[in-house]
Amino acid sequence: MLHEITLNINGETYPVVVKSQDTLLRVLREQLGLTGTKIGCENGECGACTVLFDGAPVNSCMVLAVEAQGHCIETVEGLSKGGDLHPLQKAFVEHNAVQCGFCTSGMLMSAKALLERNPHPTEQEVREALVGNLCRCTGYIRIVDAVLDVAEAGD
Amino acid sequence: MKEQTSNPVGKSVPRVDAFEKVTGAAKYVDDMAFGPTLLHGKIVHSPVAHALIKKIDVSKALALPGVKAVVTGQDNPTLLGLYLKDRYIYAYDRVRYVGESVAGVVSISEEIAEQAAKLVEVEYELLPPVFDPYEGAKPDAPLLHPDLGKYEVVNFIFPKPGTNISEHFKLRKGNVSDAGVSEEVWAQCAAVVEDQYTLPQIQHAPLETHIAVAQWNADGQVTLWAASQSPFAQRDLLAQSLGIPHGNMRVISPYIGGGFGGKAGISIEANVVLMAKAVPGHPVKVRMTREEEFVATNVRQSLVAKFKIGCDEAGNLLAMDLAYYFGGGAYNDYGVNIARAAGYSCTGPYDVPNVKGDSYCVYTNHPIGSAMRGFGMPEIHWGLEQIMDRLAEAIGMDAADFKRQNCVRSGDIILTGMTMPEVDLPKCIDKVKEAIEWGRESKPSAPHKRRGKGIAIMWKAPAMPPNPGSSAIVRFNEDATLNVYVSGQELGQGAFTVAAQMAAEALGIPYEWVRVSANPVDTKYSPYEWQTVASRVTWSMGNAVKAAAEHARGQILEIVAKYWNENPADLDIKDGVVISYKSEREQTLKKMVIYGLPNENFEGWQGGPIVGSGKFMPTYVTGLDPETGQGARAVVHYTVGAQAVDLEVDTETGQIEVLKIASAYDVGKAINPDLVLTQIEGGAVHGLSSAFECMLFDDRGRLRNPSFVDYKIVTSLDAPREIHGDIVETPLEDGPWGARGVGEHVMVQTAPAIANALYNALGVRFNDLPLSAEKIYLATHEGEELICKA
Ligand code: FES
Ligand code: FES
Repeated sequence: MLHEITLNINGETYPVVVKSQDTLLRVLREQLGLTGTKIGCENGECGACTVLFDGAPVNSCMVLAVEAQGHCIETVEGLSKGGDLHPLQKAFVEHNAVQCGFCTSGMLMSAKALLERNPHPTEQEVREALVGNLCRCTGYIRIVDAVLDVAEAGD
Repeated sequence: MKEQTSNPVGKSVPRVDAFEKVTGAAKYVDDMAFGPTLLHGKIVHSPVAHALIKKIDVSKALALPGVKAVVTGQDNPTLLGLYLKDRYIYAYDRVRYVGESVAGVVSISEEIAEQAAKLVEVEYELLPPVFDPYEGAKPDAPLLHPDLGKYEVVNFIFPKPGTNISEHFKLRKGNVSDAGVSEEVWAQCAAVVEDQYTLPQIQHAPLETHIAVAQWNADGQVTLWAASQSPFAQRDLLAQSLGIPHGNMRVISPYIGGGFGGKAGISIEANVVLMAKAVPGHPVKVRMTREEEFVATNVRQSLVAKFKIGCDEAGNLLAMDLAYYFGGGAYNDYGVNIARAAGYSCTGPYDVPNVKGDSYCVYTNHPIGSAMRGFGMPEIHWGLEQIMDRLAEAIGMDAADFKRQNCVRSGDIILTGMTMPEVDLPKCIDKVKEAIEWGRESKPSAPHKRRGKGIAIMWKAPAMPPNPGSSAIVRFNEDATLNVYVSGQELGQGAFTVAAQMAAEALGIPYEWVRVSANPVDTKYSPYEWQTVASRVTWSMGNAVKAAAEHARGQILEIVAKYWNENPADLDIKDGVVISYKSEREQTLKKMVIYGLPNENFEGWQGGPIVGSGKFMPTYVTGLDPETGQGARAVVHYTVGAQAVDLEVDTETGQIEVLKIASAYDVGKAINPDLVLTQIEGGAVHGLSSAFECMLFDDRGRLRNPSFVDYKIVTSLDAPREIHGDIVETPLEDGPWGARGVGEHVMVQTAPAIANALYNALGVRFNDLPLSAEKIYLATHEGEELICKA
């Protein structure tokens, strides 16, 4: 069955036509060209597809597009404003917390959600917030350090 | 003004790909748009481990609306393979593992392709399977490849037709024979350890699964877009197997979401190309699901290793008798070279006078064992590095001292008869001892917990044919920015960044002026690169980049020298300006690198657009005697390193917490020190993860844990609190600025370092990976009655 819905993504409104079973992940990538959100398992296991749903991190492969109607969705593409990197993006670059980059978008979104609800997390809290985001390359430590750096720099 | 970095080699400049990756702009294959003519493919996998194919009926699948084609092995019974052509693209007359490609369905949507795949009917006649490589190597084992003797094979691989052995590498040094090390030698040993160590198959588990898109046009032009570590090797293999002129076969590969060897050589790509052939003009896409990635793509080989090693009472190693049985899986087209590499490096990083080594690659009815970070070395070091500790203990020596005393040093004649190139392994050992506070006992955090420390050392040579080549092109723009063309792939290791650093350094321009034009690598436009494997790119591609930059530099100096009427030898380029040491004149590179310079009195012009090209290929690797493994130069070089681990183990749960890993590697020259450290850190955690990973098969060869829920990789909570890295720099003779590779070495000895630390904590040895909590719990509660307290 087809549904005509409107999605609010990164503050913009997008009218789309979706099938009942279409996931938010697929609609972001295939209809809206927002390919920064990655497909790693489509089973809720890896976190590569993490986006924010009213500020909370969700695996977008586990969310139906129709469920997203009326909610604020944020993706990695919405992080930098006007060419300026978000502090988390900057910290990831500075810490060399990026290797292949496939987990990076999801990591950034989970980290953003964490800092919004807990601006001064402990190292353990950062590790817990990122536990659903798998990374095969970096060994996590620089990612955790980058997030802690931003937490410290904020007020 | 923007910051400018002069002489960037040796500086931790930022990655060239970081901005794209943190903004989500970086494009991977799945992010490319192919338009409305795109079709979707689905591979039909074998549900059985070993069987003859009696009949394939595709009629029901073809009848499903939306299905455009179904291809099977009957359509193109062509053999494929890098070192040994032993694999049909789609199974032809038999299947040899659960997950093997039996057919390919092409349709207008993913959903329909998936449904149609279930409608392909295959009739199998089951054959007895072989799962254990040691049993499989026996003469009476059921045969997986009766045609082994007919397969095309390179001249340095030695299959044994009539058996399941696809490669047998023999190493004979000193007082040994085919029967073993001489009894005389064993009689001199004060301590001998004889034991068996094993490892299961494990998955690379990159975050991006395998993906390929192919298009076969009516005019014979074939294009493949693939997440690939080996665009050129894939072009070559596809062109050879499918009879496509190399010039018509184009492989395009953008950023890769992790490779670790899994995207080296060839995997699903040929299957997708054959699907595309059936629907001319349409691009066809196959993205492996996570489950397919686990079940049906290449994995690390399993190993059954038998060791007998002895030393004298002063702790000098005297003899090694080694037999390695690699579980190569169903096809060993790439895996044969892993057994070979394990053969010519079979002693590990030790100087031993008497060595008998036999390394076998054995067919088994499991997934295809292929390249994975370390290429045979993590497998053999697992046992070797524990036995060294056991020998040290037996003669009352400290394990680190024992390893330091026996390890290879520059100038040693190593096991194959080759002279060990410059490296400093003792220094690596000293560094990690210091970082881990070797010898100092730490207190456990609770009474039921135990602390322990362990150390392990390693070596690894790039394992490849003797003459894999690299090439590079540099091209100036009007404003003197430079585009560097390479085909070393950016897998996350930082290949593009070091290419930019090297080009800037060799030319004398700031780092910020360099752009790397290698995303995507496109075999139609990019210069040749053999493969991004074997930790060879910084070294080999780096040499090509340096040569290309020097070629361009030479052209510039010649033009300016003529303009000034000076000798090019008196000129130099610094920060993008040509200077004369003699006349102290200066000439900016801007404009002149495209338009050249006028002659005196404007009587004509000279010069023109500057394009530099460079290449590199090792020319000095020799063959080895098939009976003894002896030869002048077995490999290009070795990278060596040491790791030490500090851990705590919970005796009530069997859980291990690795608190700290300290690593030191001799990289020759760190082109970008912080990127070297990112490899050291990421590799240590990958190595840690590998100690707990296992592909769990049932007795019919079916994988029981094909998901991240059941196949656990290390998460942010499991990563150690601290990873310490030390870089040792003993320059490599033919490395660019002395550099050698380090991408794989960083995980080679992590598992045995953990095992040694576990022994230190518990007094128990573990010979078989994985180090599951259950195994550790049971070992520490041996003899106790286990009661389940609900
Ligand atoms: S793709 Fe959604 S969790 Fe893996
Ligand atoms: S950077 Fe490759 S998976 Fe995290």
